Amino acid sequence: MTAVKEERPIGFGSLKRKEDQRFVRGKGTYVDDVKLPGMLHGAILRSPFAHARIVSIDTSAAEAHPKVRAVITGKTLESMNLAWMPTLSLDTQAVLATDKVRFQGQEVAFVVAEDHYSARDALELIDVEYEPLPAVVDPRRALDPDAPVIRDDLEGKTDNHIFDWEAGDKEATDAVFAKADVVVTQDMLYPRVHPAPLETCGAVAHFDKVDGKLTLWSTTQAPHAHRTLYAMVAGLPEHKIRVIAPDIGGGFGNKVGIYPGYVLAIVGSIVTGKPVKWMEDRSENLMSTSFARDYHMRGEIAATRDGKILALRVNVLGDHGAFNAQAQPAKYPAGFFHVFTGSYDLEAAHCKVTGVYTNKAPGGVAYACSFRVTEAVYLVERMVDCLADELNMDPAELRMKNLLRPEQFPYQAKTGWVYDSGDYPTCLRKAMDIAGYEELRKEQAERRARGELMGIGISFFTEAVGAGPRKHMDILGLGMADGCELRVHPTGKAVLRLSVQTQGQGHETTFAQIVAEELGIPPEDIDVIHGDTDQTPFGLGTYGSRSMPVSGAAAAVVSRKVRDKARLIASAMLEVSPEDLEWEKGRWFVKGDPEKGKTIQEIALAAHGDLELPEGVEGHLEAQTVYNPPNLTYPYGAYICVVDVDPGTGHVKVRRFIAVDDCGTRINPMIIEGQVHGGLADGVGMALMEFIGFDEEGNCLGGSFMDYLLPTALECPSWELGYTVTPSPHHPLGAKGVGESATVGSPAAVVNAVMDAIGVRHVDMPLTPSRVWTAMKYGSVEPPQ
Amino acid sequence: MEKRQIKVTVNGEPRLVDVEPRLLLVHLLREGLGLTGTHIGCDTTSCGACTVLFDGQPVKSCTMLAVQTDGHEVTTVEGLAKASELDPVQEGFKEEHALQCGFCTSGMMMSAKALLMENPNPTEEDVRWALSGNLCRCTGYQNIVKAVLWAAKKMQSEAAV
Repeated sequence: MTAVKEERPIGFGSLKRKEDQRFVRGKGTYVDDVKLPGMLHGAILRSPFAHARIVSIDTSAAEAHPKVRAVITGKTLESMNLAWMPTLSLDTQAVLATDKVRFQGQEVAFVVAEDHYSARDALELIDVEYEPLPAVVDPRRALDPDAPVIRDDLEGKTDNHIFDWEAGDKEATDAVFAKADVVVTQDMLYPRVHPAPLETCGAVAHFDKVDGKLTLWSTTQAPHAHRTLYAMVAGLPEHKIRVIAPDIGGGFGNKVGIYPGYVLAIVGSIVTGKPVKWMEDRSENLMSTSFARDYHMRGEIAATRDGKILALRVNVLGDHGAFNAQAQPAKYPAGFFHVFTGSYDLEAAHCKVTGVYTNKAPGGVAYACSFRVTEAVYLVERMVDCLADELNMDPAELRMKNLLRPEQFPYQAKTGWVYDSGDYPTCLRKAMDIAGYEELRKEQAERRARGELMGIGISFFTEAVGAGPRKHMDILGLGMADGCELRVHPTGKAVLRLSVQTQGQGHETTFAQIVAEELGIPPEDIDVIHGDTDQTPFGLGTYGSRSMPVSGAAAAVVSRKVRDKARLIASAMLEVSPEDLEWEKGRWFVKGDPEKGKTIQEIALAAHGDLELPEGVEGHLEAQTVYNPPNLTYPYGAYICVVDVDPGTGHVKVRRFIAVDDCGTRINPMIIEGQVHGGLADGVGMALMEFIGFDEEGNCLGGSFMDYLLPTALECPSWELGYTVTPSPHHPLGAKGVGESATVGSPAAVVNAVMDAIGVRHVDMPLTPSRVWTAMKYGSVEPPQ
Repeated sequence: MEKRQIKVTVNGEPRLVDVEPRLLLVHLLREGLGLTGTHIGCDTTSCGACTVLFDGQPVKSCTMLAVQTDGHEVTTVEGLAKASELDPVQEGFKEEHALQCGFCTSGMMMSAKALLMENPNPTEEDVRWALSGNLCRCTGYQNIVKAVLWAAKKMQSEAAV
């Protein structure tokens, strides 16, 4: 399916991106491009041990380095009450280790020097004496009575348990399981991976002692939330903190939380009185910033003999690393994992999630997971395939039989979610038609007869994006509503100010399109401002595919406010009652007399001029709003993957990948397709090659691009896309989020395809040649370490 | 550390600069010369975000010392466009939506440029091979492949005129 080739739509359509003008010329401004007069450079000394007591830190040689301006340790920070900081999960995280180190790569000291190279040199001059402790690596052993206690900093903490959390009805679920004809149980690991944005995390902090103002350029997906947290943590007044997220080289959830490096850049600037830049390198990014997944799941699915799915029961052990810094709405310690009932109409469902500490980097929620929906979708879509295998049923037929029907929406899932809209069977049928599903099965049978291993995998997913209603969802007490401001200048050009923060998703283009659609102002006449907390309204930022559901709705609402005001002004200009006016895109005109009207540009000029305005109209043409979503949006999709597996080596080649997405109203099809392409590459990467492992001493084994493998152009096929349109009934534009759908939906399709090819019920990701080969030879393979 | 003077032509302009022998080319370009279009995405020569042309050949500038460019020519993304006119590769990337965050784009376009100078009529497979030293996290590569083929076609039609 190709995009509508509409070059310059005034409104929705495949508008070419405004952002590209600077990026193709090398004129973007990313954090590391920021250069300020007198700027110094920081570097972090990191722990070589996963678990060790710090006996002493000798910084004297580093301080004697001629280009070093400051060496900061945990002791320095303790005196400022900054040695620990709160996390988004209401835990604490060490900024610099004071008592002991809890994961390899943890921050131990910070050097500020005149240049980057000298800062790195000085790290070598710091002498830290460690007393190694046994490391907790396997989360399944973390709760053993003799397991070393990682968080002995927490008062009264005598084990590595973080939380237990449940959703659904346990009794009802057990009752359905008791009466079911068929129960299939499967353990599966969603392994630890990393979002690995191509640009790592970094910041430039400038604390101006004269006016007491801190300006912080940083790689943040949520600049306003960061500002408020810095105010709370550092005790700086919030109006004296300006956070600027400039161009960001990809975020993928990696850049939601606050990292010690940001705090250290700020402290470095306060201590030296100069701007301080900190930019981590790739291995630091992979070893110490937010990982994703690491869910050990036991799924159970109950069904009748003829394939009616009745219930799901899930037990999860979540490995959260040494500090619980998982980013999610505060009331949801396992994110939105409880959408695991997926796209099916069940009688009952229940899940229990237990979180534990291990000697690893913190994180969990990242990498386009929509708050653990990746894990939820992987679980249910693997379980459905396990059931199909057990029943010897075609997985497409099994899904078609159990998918929710269009007339069931809005649908109340058994774990509490209210899905807004969907036409699932049409979507699956469309994907099967594009794939030529029946032909593919015939081809597979022929190839099998020749001893070739071809697999076809299906995944049908329901996403939950657009957090969220402020009554239920907040980040550290900050409700998840988003502001938006629109100002139309006298000459009819406009500025739209957003609280969300693009990291490549094309907001500067698509948000201009929303205003263009609503007001008829051409998108090139609309400047979209984001990322600067001094200039933009408060909001929670971009992650969880929430920009379109929340901020996109705000942009529509604020445009409509301006349109309503324009109507009053137009009525004064035309000397008619506002009720006598009718809107066509870009213009109010007199009902029954279409010649007589005023364009939005004419109205804007009059709004700033000498026109006598109606009672109560202040003049100028602008508005602001705060949008509090009534519900999430629930986009969905049907994905089909075709793989060929080399019987001799276990190497998997993704031959075809068909993705049909439904995200309701499509603002810019070209950009949606690009989002889907990127997410599908994530899925192929996670399923086949990406993995952060640890040895038994807690050494990180995926800490560079030599070991942490990302797909290149050679591992990715040409994606085949399609779409259906089922608008969200509660969204002002009918639009749903979509950015994470492909990352959420695709890994199960790849794994299902490989299992279909090799005839093994389950193999944990990553499906590297050696793991696939071992599974083919022995029928199973251990989870990766 | 003692500095050495080198003479390097960057984007057609001869430059005399003093550099430490250990200075990486990517840092000379970004910090020394202010050409920040060339990016750093890794520390193991894997990602190609720092790709520039060295005497017309694509190199990863994070894995070359600045002193090695003494007497040579370097072209960065800033040198791709002629006057205000974009190179067909840049145009192709815009036309085919081959970039999102823009971080890999410079290096990706320099590899593409090198490919098209050597092979003006590449197949899809040729393009995927030529770009396999450049990682992209946003696009899933497909539109990048389309962009390079778009540029090849454009260059051929221009050459034919």
